[in-house]
Amino acid sequence: MQINGKDPVLVVVQLTGGNDFMNTIIPYTNGIYYDSRKTVGIPEDEVLPFTDTLAFHPRTAPLKELYDMGKMAIVQGIGYPNSNRSHFRGMDIWHTCEPHRISTEGWLGKTLQEIDPQHENVLTGVSIGRGLPRAMAKAGVPVTSVAELDNYGMMTGIEQEQERLETLGIFKEMYAPVVGSGLVLDYLSQTGLDVLKGADIIKKAPETYQSTVEYPNNPIAKSLKDVARVHFADLGTRIFYTQHGGYDTHANEVPTHPRLVEELSGALRAFMQDLWEHDAAEEVAILVFTEFGRRVRDNGSGTDHGSGGGAFLIGERIQGGLYAEYPSLDPSQQLYGEDLRHTFDYRGVYATLLEQWLEVEAAPIVGGTYEQLQPFNL
Amino acid sequence: MANDLALYAHLMRRAGFGATREELEAYAAKGYEAVVEELLHPERFPEIDDTLFCRYYSLGSTMVDSVAMWHARWFYRMINTQRPLEEKMALFWHHVFATGWHKSENTPSMVNQIDTFRRNGLSDMRTILLDLSRDPAMLDWLDNNENHKTAPNENYGRELLELFSMGVGNYTEQDIKNAARAFTGWTFAQPIPLYPYGYYPTHFEYCAEDHDDSEKIFLGRTGKFNGEDIIDIIVDQPATPRFISRHLYNFFVADEPQVPAWNQTPPQDPAAIDALSQAYADSNGSIPAMLRVLFNADWFKAARFKHFKSPTELVASTMRLVGSHRFPEPGLHDLAAAATAMGQYLHNPPTVEGWHTGKEWIDGGTLTERVNFAVNAVADVSQPGIQDIIERVKARGHTLAPDVFVDTCLDLLGPLEVSDATRQALNRYAHTGGELCFGSADEDEASVARIRRMLQLIVATQEYQFA
Repeated sequence: MQINGKDPVLVVVQLTGGNDFMNTIIPYTNGIYYDSRKTVGIPEDEVLPFTDTLAFHPRTAPLKELYDMGKMAIVQGIGYPNSNRSHFRGMDIWHTCEPHRISTEGWLGKTLQEIDPQHENVLTGVSIGRGLPRAMAKAGVPVTSVAELDNYGMMTGIEQEQERLETLGIFKEMYAPVVGSGLVLDYLSQTGLDVLKGADIIKKAPETYQSTVEYPNNPIAKSLKDVARVHFADLGTRIFYTQHGGYDTHANEVPTHPRLVEELSGALRAFMQDLWEHDAAEEVAILVFTEFGRRVRDNGSGTDHGSGGGAFLIGERIQGGLYAEYPSLDPSQQLYGEDLRHTFDYRGVYATLLEQWLEVEAAPIVGGTYEQLQPFNL
Repeated sequence: MANDLALYAHLMRRAGFGATREELEAYAAKGYEAVVEELLHPERFPEIDDTLFCRYYSLGSTMVDSVAMWHARWFYRMINTQRPLEEKMALFWHHVFATGWHKSENTPSMVNQIDTFRRNGLSDMRTILLDLSRDPAMLDWLDNNENHKTAPNENYGRELLELFSMGVGNYTEQDIKNAARAFTGWTFAQPIPLYPYGYYPTHFEYCAEDHDDSEKIFLGRTGKFNGEDIIDIIVDQPATPRFISRHLYNFFVADEPQVPAWNQTPPQDPAAIDALSQAYADSNGSIPAMLRVLFNADWFKAARFKHFKSPTELVASTMRLVGSHRFPEPGLHDLAAAATAMGQYLHNPPTVEGWHTGKEWIDGGTLTERVNFAVNAVADVSQPGIQDIIERVKARGHTLAPDVFVDTCLDLLGPLEVSDATRQALNRYAHTGGELCFGSADEDEASVARIRRMLQLIVATQEYQFA
């Protein structure tokens, strides 16, 4: 499938720490919400309603704008059975689709393997930000991990160009793969060689970027701007990954969470604007997810790890609206008597993106067949 | 002798932050076991004096809030300490009890926590866990100040069991809840007001009226447990020595999979974990007793280059090699920024799980940072460590055949063991310039430049990524 002659692109935004879904998409007419959340509950007269029962957080007006334009799908109650409350296991489960065993291969790493089986382009998958997420990892699959787009490359400290090129030449020899050296060294040498290749190509991106869009000054906006710059340079990237941290609001949720969702909301809005300005929006779909939702009842300062979170799909070809069901707040319906019960399996959302957007068979990647959504206008 | 030096170099890469050739020769003269004992007894050596440092980095006055200054102090210590293992243990416990500065931004409390690890890092598990449970930075990081009699917050209780002592699979959700209840009332005094005074450290406070004194069942035992009781029970569980042993093995011996996999993936060397656990059992959980077994074991001595240097290890050991920052000149906090770019922001781990280590330190972005940092660091031939290497190369003869030139540099940078492919690439570079000659000023200048480039190539190798 091509859209206006371009391959579809997926941008994943990970909210690290467990975003409080109930305080992002707020059931503002529900008494249980206010009874359970004496400290962190958002007063009814402050929220930004979009249905008779649901409202956006007051600091996410730009996100509501995208929703009102019909470009944003809200997947309510996303999760999986027996949701794990550990961040690390929780995030691993989202990254690997393996709730019952530890795996080091991520769903997007496997997807990259399908999209680019011969590893022809080291930029097919690009992670922006420090550290490569496990979701993008798969043995042998190159992923370009860019901390800062503006100064990316090996040996950039060697000023004399001839000396730098010679050094890079010997570096290439030293990192040549050696048969039988084992998995760890194979990985290291492959990574070294991929950097050389990727850096050569990606330096084009900051050189050619021009835009009138002003991104807000925060980390997720900076990362999404880097995504935009690489995307506009047309380097064949199909999957982008980026992260926004700090959502583990056990305490002091009241000042922290609003700042985070405001940053996220402004960043996504600016990114979409940039895509429109460059006539590059149609081929992009964005997935925003987090490892779990938070406990229904607050703890007097914040909220503990829970389940039944929410995800967003955003894009020009997304059919905006509400998907799946908002989990019931009724205590008799709650998981473990204190958590939102998920209403839609996250692997079904992955499968939706894989099969309807990237056109990759989902079952081997997500580990089975799950109900899909129909969020695309194709 | 060369072989011998390689063993001491290995020990010092693991138990410290590397050693210069001169230091290695001095260690070798003392004998291996004696050196291990010295490492285990930091009190025999003078502590770093902060006053010199403070003259250049104004800690304790206007800059007390600046985490960058404290990063500078920590790197200064790693590079200059005469108590390498004490400093390494502070880093070890920081890996295990990963506490982040960004939540409280209370720098003094964060720094106090690391100072505590420096002080108690070589004591016993009970002391360490008790101090940890009373540490204001930790209490805040895992919200135990929000863990109340009427509204328990289970964050600390959970991580104490999952990440700090036993590991997943050795307790139930109910044990977590009850551990949390036992730690209700463990909090810290409100620091003096941030405005206008700035950040000040605080101290542990036990708030009896906020403590849930009712009966609790924890790991099969019943009682009106308080936090101390929970720790007493934990340190006696067989899971605890195994978990801590695996941490020590992963940090000091060879890379293991990430912590969450430990209850499913057996250790690569079960006998080593058994030996360390036995040392724990024989010594009431003494960390030096475990490390004595570890450093003297054949499996430790054989594990050369089986451990990816963490960014902090890479930065600090490269600085020791280069001989930079032996004095608190400006630029120390740039070292912390460099380690951050490689994926390790000290005082600020990504999550309470700490940093993913081993091969997960490496991706395209971080490998680029590592290589560029080391290549730039050894480029400065005016640094005393590089000068020393040049003098030692010179001392091997007025003319050095290209292959000897390569071997000499590899020896002086480690000794570093490299693959045939790496050696061939280095030899090819060495051969393009022919013999390395000293004598005339022109020859000397050209040879210094070639040594500099050889060192740059060597620190860019795959092998240099390992400790």
